[in-house]
Parts: sequence; structure tokens; C-alpha cells
Amino acid sequence: MKLYDGGKILIGLMVFVGIATFPFYYNIGKVDSKPELKTDTPAIQAWEKQYGKKECVESKEYMRSEHMQLLNNWRDSVVRDMNRQYVSMTSGKKFNMSLQNGCLECHSNKKQFCDQCHNYMAVKPYCFDCHIQPMEKEENKS
Amino acid sequence: MSMDRRQFLKIAGISSILGFGASVASATHTIWEPGLKPPQVEPNPDGLIAKRWAMVVDMSKFKTDEDIKKVTTACHQTHNVPDFRNPDGTVDKKFEVKWIWEEPYERTFPGSENKFMSEHIKDMPFIVLCNHCDNPPCVRVCPTQATFKLPNGITMQDEHRCIGCRFCMAACPYGSRSFNWTDPRKAINPATENKAYPTRTKGVVEKCTFCTERLQFGKLPACVEAAPKGAMFFGDIEDPNSEVRKIVTSQLTIRRKPELGTGPAVYYVIGGSDHA
Repeated sequence: MKLYDGGKILIGLMVFVGIATFPFYYNIGKVDSKPELKTDTPAIQAWEKQYGKKECVESKEYMRSEHMQLLNNWRDSVVRDMNRQYVSMTSGKKFNMSLQNGCLECHSNKKQFCDQCHNYMAVKPYCFDCHIQPMEKEENKS
Repeated sequence: MSMDRRQFLKIAGISSILGFGASVASATHTIWEPGLKPPQVEPNPDGLIAKRWAMVVDMSKFKTDEDIKKVTTACHQTHNVPDFRNPDGTVDKKFEVKWIWEEPYERTFPGSENKFMSEHIKDMPFIVLCNHCDNPPCVRVCPTQATFKLPNGITMQDEHRCIGCRFCMAACPYGSRSFNWTDPRKAINPATENKAYPTRTKGVVEKCTFCTERLQFGKLPACVEAAPKGAMFFGDIEDPNSEVRKIVTSQLTIRRKPELGTGPAVYYVIGGSDHA
């Protein structure tokens, strides 16, 4: 079997394979930097001083995996059922169900907190299209 | 595919039976279950509660344009309502969003004007807002139940659910609803922005909420607080001892377009006696 214009085809194929697999070569050996969440805002430090430990509405593990459902439920409960207080399953403490006036009061560092994981996972929640995010000082990025 | 009349009717019949089944299924099963139920969630203990919220506006107590401006500004700043302006400083009607605003008599109470009525009343600006109707047309037409009735009579708006179809705007006989044609944040002054309240986003409809969020923390609506003394009242119309009920019972009040059967909950006093 004869391959007409074999040289050109082979070169073309090599170029194609090279370009198509470029992202894999390019990222070889690069370890994605893991998201680093900062939970050292003044409000959280004040909480730690008062209660002796850092704690969120629910346990860290629960918040990590379920915060989206929790927030969805909060918004329905607030807007549609006129509830405002959430009783924690973990600590029994009562919390104001609010993103702007609840979550972000403690986590006033959206860039160092929310955005860290959201960017890492490439998810773009549209919360902040409407909800106003706290003013953050441009911190020195190391 | 060709289909004769009989085949068509068969398919149509079967589909409508299936469709009927689906509607029975949705009627017997609740469409929406709250994800959080008491005792895990509870209302704020300081919240104001009522069987039926209502408002009385006494127009005679608004002496100057400033008085009205104060009220509308208070509302719009509290709720981060955008203020779109033309380059010459006039309101940009194309993008305008309004929760509470002024209208002349003939647009507030259309059909009740007459040729010989007092010039003063004819030319007076009236404060208008969402009437939080008993039977709100906006709620009836909303395909996503984004606008709905709260048990306390407030016609509430869930911006998370709004798909921006604007049926409610067509349905509302009072023009109380505004659409966000563009990102409202462009027209909100960051200096006066209320950091405790969200803005809206492009593509949703918004309106007055009778300050639901303030009532839940024990505060009266922002407009009522900013109004001159004795000009605006807010309370439970079902409570015989409430101020609003006393005013409505003791003197003539009028409502906007009651003939439509919407049952508005905003009552207007036009005459001038004191009742504060």
C-alpha cells in the first residue's frame, strides 16, 4: 500500500498530536495548589475568645459538604416561611439565617474563604450577583 | 409522517388522559416541601406579627415635595433600588425601578376625577406603592410561584425563583412592578448602599415587600418611619385596636381601583382632620 504525500501527512499528524496533547505535557509535574481557607477574621477570633473554640453553624465536615443545601434551605425558609433563626444540630445555638448578615459577618474574607474552593473547583455560584459581598482590603498576596 | 384524523384524535386523547393523570398526581402530592421545618428553624422572637398587614396614607400630611422625597428616598436606599438617570439628570424611564413613587390624582384613582374638583387635589402628587392585594393578579399569573402570598397578607417576591417573564407586570393594575433591564448595581451609589440588604440582578422583577425583612426584626416599614408625623400608618387591619383599623373604621378612606376586586391593603385619606 502506498501512502500518497506520506511525509506531509505524517508531519501533520505529529503536529496535531502535539497540539492536542499539549495541555497534558504542559501540566505534568505541576501540583495544583490546594485551596487554603483562612478562618482568622476578627469576628471569628472574637468568637473563639468567647466560646473557647472555632465553630460554624454546623460541624466543619457538614459545612464543607452540605453548605450549598443548607444555604438553599435557609433562603426558602427565610423568604417563603418567614423564619429567621436556625437552631444548630451540632451545638444547639441559634443563628440568624442570612448570607449577608450571617455567614459573611464571620467570614468577612470572601476572597480567602468562599472563592478559594469555588475557584479550585471551577464553580461559579451566583449568590453575589445580588448579595453584597463585604468590602475587603486588598491583602498582600504571597 | 402522515396521520389521518382518527390517528390524531387517538393520540390526542391518550395524551390528554396522561396529562390528566399528571395533574391529579401534582394535586395530591405537595409540589414543594420545605427543607427545614420547626423546631430547626423559627421566626425571630422580636418580629412583628399580624393577621393582615395594611397601610394608611394620609396625603394631607405631606405638605411639601420634600416630605414625599424623604419617604421615597428612605425606601429606595433601604432596599438598594437603582436610580437610573439620563445624562441631563432626569429619571431614565426606560430602566426605572420603583418601589414607592408619586402619581397624580387621575392616575392614582382613575375614573373618580371630575371636571370641577378642587385644583389642589387634582394637582397633588399621591404616594403609591404595591397594594399587597387580597387577591393579587400578579400571584395568579406567576408561572414559578416566585411571587406569592404570605399568611400575613404580604405579597412577597422570591427573587431566587423569578425567571423574568414579566407576566406579573402585565397583570398588576397598579404598575407596582419593575423589571431589571440591566444590572441594577450600575445605578446604586456605593456610598448610600444598604450593606445589610441585597441588590437584585439583571432579569428579575421587583417591587415593594411591605418591608417584610424589617417587620421580622421588629421595625416598621422604612417609608412609615421617614414620613411626617401622622402621614403614614402601618398595622394589623384585623386587629380592632390597631391604628390603621381605627382610621379606616372612623373615617372615609379610599383605595386604588377597588372595582377590580383585587382587595388592596393600602388605604388613602385625602381630607385633613387629625387622627394621630
